[in-house]
Amino acid sequence: MSPGADTLLAGVREKDPRAIGRAISIVEDGGPLAASILAALEHPCCEAALVIGVTGPGGAGKSTLTQALIAHYRTEGRRIGVVAVDPSSTLSGGALLGDRIRMMRHALDEDVVIRSMATRGRAGGICAAAGAAVRVMAYSGCEIVLLETVGVGQAELAVVHLADLTALVLAPGLGDDVQAMKAGLIELVDAIVVNKGDQPAAQALLAEMQAVAAATHRAVFCTSASDGTGVAQLAAGLGELADTLRQSDRIALRRQAARSIEVMDWALELLRPELKAAVAALGPLSGEPQALARLAIARLKATEE
Amino acid sequence: MTSQPQPHGRVLIGKPGLDGHDRGAKFVARALRDDGFEVIYTGIRRSAEEIAAAAVQEDVDAVGLSLLSGAHNELFAAVLEALRNAKAEDIPVLGGGIIPEEDIPDLKRLGLRAVFTPGTPVEEILSAFRAAVEEHRKGRSV
Ligand SMILES: Nc1nc2c(ncn2[C@@H]2O[C@H](COP(=O)(O)OP(=O)(O)O)[C@@H](O)[C@H]2O)c(=O)[nH]1
Ligand SMILES: [Mg+2]
Repeated sequence: MSPGADTLLAGVREKDPRAIGRAISIVEDGGPLAASILAALEHPCCEAALVIGVTGPGGAGKSTLTQALIAHYRTEGRRIGVVAVDPSSTLSGGALLGDRIRMMRHALDEDVVIRSMATRGRAGGICAAAGAAVRVMAYSGCEIVLLETVGVGQAELAVVHLADLTALVLAPGLGDDVQAMKAGLIELVDAIVVNKGDQPAAQALLAEMQAVAAATHRAVFCTSASDGTGVAQLAAGLGELADTLRQSDRIALRRQAARSIEVMDWALELLRPELKAAVAALGPLSGEPQALARLAIARLKATEE
Repeated sequence: MTSQPQPHGRVLIGKPGLDGHDRGAKFVARALRDDGFEVIYTGIRRSAEEIAAAAVQEDVDAVGLSLLSGAHNELFAAVLEALRNAKAEDIPVLGGGIIPEEDIPDLKRLGLRAVFTPGTPVEEILSAFRAAVEEHRKGRSV
């Protein structure tokens, strides 16, 4: 292992915020030290951490609820990680990452590790990078890692597969497009949270979700994230759910599935530059595109043998 | 597979102090995003320590501060000190706001990498961030 990676990993182990921040960037960017860091993260403590997905439409209160869950877990003395994923702009490659605004209450608590992450135009999905960030946090002693991701768009939603269990956050008054996406999201999650319970319109949404939940065996919770109402019940419910999933081996199965997604993401990520070179090496392209792609792949394989 | 452009780097935009006007901060944050930066925005009324801690956790290559309150000398100095205390003095800090010309040399001596005033063209702000980020990335040990 290179000395740089060694020092950095020791820093992560000692909960040094700078080392944690750097280590996440290195695995996210796939830099020269990434391989040694990723190898070291295959550690029992990374398996012990519970990963909870928090998804739902924008504006439902995911970040505020994440903040409230952090506050709750901190009263239990647990060290917490948060990975908050937001989409990159496809035009510029840039991103505006604002989830942290709602979590600043914990900015000075060194046992709350928060990281914003953009989907970027990755060849693979974001699961490779997000999964690695989760493991860096676990390696630094986080017992629970919350994964916030907006429930629209394939790239953003794929993150849910990394979680051991996932809560869908809904709120009243979010409009018709949310109505349309609800059914698809409910399939992916273990629990439904009706947030903004302080608003009168939440009652109708709660009744609707209770009916859906009865038919689909989902747990339903009502919270008011901004004042913390219902958050302790939610945390307790998620804990019970995690126990049940663990006992039935479902968490182990989900982690296997998550692994295969991460491996596929990395494979695409690592292959892309080589493929790009192989396509460029074909010279000026004319002819049937799929046949040309096959040719590029065939030549790439030939050079490796 | 997409061929989406890759980000220039990560920057944090913070608003220390008590004034609640974040139009300037948001304007710069959006301009940076549209130029290809990943921008972490921390919201208004942050303490210097909160801004430094967030910059470290997010591993940014530059910090941009926006101020209107007039207490710029103290607040900028406080953020620079908080970064030093967090062993992150290598992260360049750029500041903007309603700042009298005569204060700019002092602010630069204090350690601010660049100072922008309401008249600074946005292109100048973007290229200052680009240069700061590039230099920071080159100087990093790991
Ligand atoms: N009334 C009310 N507003 C809330 C509640 N939770 C969040 N909000 C507000 O809803 C808006 C969106 O919250 P945010 O956490 O950023 O949502 P996200 O986009 O899902 O992460 C913010 O203005 C919050 O203050 C709640 O329980 N009740
Ligand atoms: Mg959010």
